[in-house]
Amino acid sequence: MQTTSSNTEPEQQGQSIPRPAAALPACVIGSLVPGGGHVFLGARQRGAFFFLALSGLFGLGLSMDARLALHAGLDDPLALVIGVGQMAIGLPYLVARALGFAAGDIRSATFDYGIAFTSTAGLLNVLVVLDVIDIALGRKT
Amino acid sequence: MIRSHLLNLLSYSALVAAVFAVLLRREPRSRLRFGAMVFGAFVLSALLAGWLMAQVRG
Repeated sequence: MQTTSSNTEPEQQGQSIPRPAAALPACVIGSLVPGGGHVFLGARQRGAFFFLALSGLFGLGLSMDARLALHAGLDDPLALVIGVGQMAIGLPYLVARALGFAAGDIRSATFDYGIAFTSTAGLLNVLVVLDVIDIALGRKT
Repeated sequence: MIRSHLLNLLSYSALVAAVFAVLLRREPRSRLRFGAMVFGAFVLSALLAGWLMAQVRG
């Protein structure tokens, strides 16, 4: 079977075609599912890697008794950043809340590790979404 | 659940370093080198900070 350049992944070709119109949907999908934006743009391997790595980081954090809570107010800016960071992972955050993982256990020895893991996963997803926008606009391959 | 502090440090460093490497580098060899450097920096700086805090505490 003959292989054409159109059915290979952009990352396998070493280049990608800018698709500015796809930037917004890719951004939305990437915000909801880690790596989803990359898959939407055709970079399936990278998208799958980001999904596994960020979901793994978030899942490990949950297994360490992390609490998922949004701190409203500016009296504790760090707590606000942590809360927003946890939410930035997208659907995994909502699924975890729906499954009852939001409470956490502050008495656990790994509670603080869990907070670090879950918030880092979300904040890294923000960088992944920015990467998707750059790829869609042709700034990166 | 992981209870070991060292394993927590290693798993966190490995995952974050891998994501940074894939985000910031495009060539496989460059990714590997950059990821290893970030991983080493995470682990060494955490161990150094821990050692310094242990000295201060006495």
